Amino acid sequence: MRKAIYCLLSTIALLALLAGFVGCAGEFKIATTTSLYDTGLWSYLEPLFEKKENVALDIIYAGTGAALNQGKSGNVDAVIVHDPDQEKSFVNDGWGIDKRSFAYNFFMIAGPSSDPLGIKDLNPADAFKKIAEGGMKDPGKVKFVSRGDNSGTHGAEKRLWAAAGYDYAKDIEKSGKWYIETGQGMGPTLTMANEQNAYVLCDGSTFTSYKGKLALVALVKKTAAETLNVYNVYAINPDKIKTTQIAIAKDFINWLISPDVQKLIGQYGGGSLFYPITDTTYPAIPNLADNMKPVQ
Amino acid sequence: MNELLQGLIKAFELLVTLDPEVMEIAGRSLAISVTATLLAGVICLPLGGLIHFNRFTGKRTLINLIQTFYSIPTVVVGLFVFLFFSRIGPLGVFNLMFTPTIMVIGQVILIAPILLGLVIAAFSGVEKAITDTARSLGANDLQIGIAVLQEARFAVMAAVLLAFGRAISEVGLALMVGGNIKGFTRVFTTAISLETSKGDIELSIALGIILILISLVVNMVLNRLQQR
Repeated sequence: MRKAIYCLLSTIALLALLAGFVGCAGEFKIATTTSLYDTGLWSYLEPLFEKKENVALDIIYAGTGAALNQGKSGNVDAVIVHDPDQEKSFVNDGWGIDKRSFAYNFFMIAGPSSDPLGIKDLNPADAFKKIAEGGMKDPGKVKFVSRGDNSGTHGAEKRLWAAAGYDYAKDIEKSGKWYIETGQGMGPTLTMANEQNAYVLCDGSTFTSYKGKLALVALVKKTAAETLNVYNVYAINPDKIKTTQIAIAKDFINWLISPDVQKLIGQYGGGSLFYPITDTTYPAIPNLADNMKPVQ
Repeated sequence: MNELLQGLIKAFELLVTLDPEVMEIAGRSLAISVTATLLAGVICLPLGGLIHFNRFTGKRTLINLIQTFYSIPTVVVGLFVFLFFSRIGPLGVFNLMFTPTIMVIGQVILIAPILLGLVIAAFSGVEKAITDTARSLGANDLQIGIAVLQEARFAVMAAVLLAFGRAISEVGLALMVGGNIKGFTRVFTTAISLETSKGDIELSIALGIILILISLVVNMVLNRLQQR
C-alpha cells in the first residue's frame, strides 16, 4: 500500500516538475503603465491581438520608469508609457523606435467631498498651490498622496508642482506628513488617498473605472496642456537588443493605430475612458498625419 | 467583518462552481511550488547529509551562513534572479524572464537555505548510536545515510513542509520575475496582491481562503505518509 502511494506521489511530482517548466519562449511581451492596466483596457484588447497575430501576448505592468527599464533589459519587446521627459531620454539614448501615440485622456485632481481647501474647478496649477500651502500649514487635516514611483503620472504631478512655483526636490518631497508617497500603481495610490481623505492626481480613466469603490470625488477636471496625458507605444531597438521580436512589435504598433482598434479604444468603458488619438476634440499631438502612418 | 463573510461566501462559490480562472491559478501555484520544493529537496537532502556527516574546517561558519539566509527577503532573491536572468544579464540567453520556469528557479533559491539548514538540524538530532551501530554492522556511507534519514524522517518532513509553505506563500519573487501575467504566471499570492490593489477585497479574501485550504490538503497528505 505504501509503495502504491509513493508511486502515485512520484508520478504527480514528475508531472508537476514538467508542468513547472512549460512555456519558456515564443511569447510577445509588452510592458504597460499601471494606469492603463488598472482600467482593464488590456484585458479587453489582449484576446483580439492574440487571435489576429496568433501569438501569446504577455502583459507586464509597472510605472513608466520601471516599464522603460524592462525594455532596456530586453525583457519586453514593446513598451506603452506616458511620460514625455523619460520617453525623450529613452528615444535619444537609442532604445525606443517607431513611436506612435494611440490614445489620450486628461489628468484630474480628486479629493475628499468636503474639499477643505476649496480647490473645486480651479486651474490645476492654482489647485496645487493651495494644496501645498494647506498641507504645510495643517498636515493633520490636509494631505496629498503621490505615486512617488517615477511613473508618467508622477512626472505630470512634478510638472504641476513646478507650474505652481515649487521646486519639487526642495519644497515638496519630504516637506512634511501632508505629502504621502506610495511608490505603487494608480490603483493602490487611489485606495490610499481614499483611506486618508487626501487629494490625489489621477488620470481620468483610472478614476472612472474606480467609481463606486472610492469616497473621493473629482474636483479639478480641466482639458488643458498641463493635464494632457498621451499614451505612446515604442518598439525596442533591435540594434540595442538583438533578441527583441521587432516584427511582432511593428505589427502590434500598427494594430494599435489601425482604424478598428482606434474605434474600440474610443468605445471602451462606455466611451468615457479614453480618446483614441484620431479623435481631434483636443489637439493631443502636433503631427497627427505622421503618427497615423504605419511603421515599416 | 462583512467583507470577511462575503469573502467566505465567494470562496465557497468559486470552489463549488470550479471557476476556471481560479482552478488555473491553483494548478499553477501548486505546480510551481511543488516543483521548487522537490528540486530543492533533491539538492538539499544529499547536500545536508554530506555537510552533517563530514568534518571540515569552516563547517560551523557554513552552517551559520545557511541559517542567515533563512530570513532572506523574497524581493532580494527576486532582484538577484532578475539581474542574472534578465535578457541583458549573464544568463539572459535562456530567455526565462516572466515564465513559470524562472519562478521555480527563484523559489528553489529562496527555500534552499531553510531546507538545507533544517535537514542538517534533523540529522544532528539523531542519536550517534544509530550511526555507530550501523557502521559496526558493516554498512557503507550511503546505507548509514539512509538509516539516519529513516530515524530523522519526521524532522525532515517538517523541513519539507516549511519549505513548501515558504515557497507557495511568497509574493515578492513571484511578482518581480514572474510579472503576474494573466493566464501564464499568475499565482495565488500575486493575484491576491493585484485584486487588493484594485479594491476587490472580496475576491482577495476568497483567494486567500482557497490558498489556505490547498495548503491544508497538502499538509494532510504528507502527514498521512509520515505516519506509516
